[in-house]
Amino acid sequence: MSDAGGVVKKFMFVNRKAPYGTVYALESLEVVLISAAFDQDVSLAFLDDGVYELTKGQSTKGLEMKNFSPTYRALEGYDIEKLYVARESLEERGLSEDDLLVDVQVVSCAEMADLMAEQDVVLSF
Amino acid sequence: MATIDVNGKSFEVDEEGYLINLGEWNEAIAERFAGDDNTQLTPNHWEVITFLREYYNDYQIAPAVRVLTKAIGKKLGPEKGNSKYLYELFPYGPAKQACRYAGLPKPTGCI
Amino acid sequence: MLHTVNKSPFERNTLKTCLAHAKPGSAVLLIEDGVYAALSGTAHSDMVTQAMAQVSVYALGPDLDARGVANRVLNGIKVVDYAGFVDLAIEHPATQSWL
Repeated sequence: MSDAGGVVKKFMFVNRKAPYGTVYALESLEVVLISAAFDQDVSLAFLDDGVYELTKGQSTKGLEMKNFSPTYRALEGYDIEKLYVARESLEERGLSEDDLLVDVQVVSCAEMADLMAEQDVVLSF
Repeated sequence: MATIDVNGKSFEVDEEGYLINLGEWNEAIAERFAGDDNTQLTPNHWEVITFLREYYNDYQIAPAVRVLTKAIGKKLGPEKGNSKYLYELFPYGPAKQACRYAGLPKPTGCI
Repeated sequence: MLHTVNKSPFERNTLKTCLAHAKPGSAVLLIEDGVYAALSGTAHSDMVTQAMAQVSVYALGPDLDARGVANRVLNGIKVVDYAGFVDLAIEHPATQSWL
């Protein structure tokens, strides 16, 4: 906790899986929300199929699964504002920033590599 | 699974007393939960309960206390967006107690 | 950074994405089904050979042995045991597990 004078570390959560097909995306989001309680420097990266986690228009009514996509919009209230999305992954999937339900920074592969390299802890999902 | 009876209908709750089925919530259930805690719900309580239901509807999660406090302050003003005010209304903890009355799950990250 | 990859390159793009984000001087350790990328004569051998110009590539011996492929490892890949895995984790300030 920063109030107690603790060390603030840079944590990055790397998301590479589409939602619903596996539980990785939801698990990652839950860990991110919990991590917010510890006042660390948290960022999220979305690459490969992970970009599908952020697409607009998700509706799970027919699946009897929770549509957790609105929760990404709550991250700002948790002071988690660094969301990086891989440009190449968007382009491969015919997506653009307008297709995403939150404000993100679209970054190149080289920029993403730099961001990863500067982390103290990288957690992959 | 434990249940509570409200107005002749029975509702499932988990081992900590949170409503299982969010869609079943109604004001009488909130009154019942509060009554069990010897709490009389005032308009100030309802304001927070309503806020939580709207928050859940928007984001599909129950907010952490810190997030709730900040969001309440934004919407209802700084005299309400502080932990003193919220703990006076909900002495068992605004997120845990108020979320339970509002029919929400226990907040993620609540340890 | 130590990167670990545990998926076969024939099934997932995990290794490809890992190599695209591994900075020069970092280490890549192939484990579990990831060790199939350590083999010579496959469709992915060239990608791994090219990557070795920038990063050190390791493969976990017990996983190679279990799959009966220890005799087909590409030149330049260093085979390590579990103790070697631990040493790699200690040598690098952070570990990223690509899934």
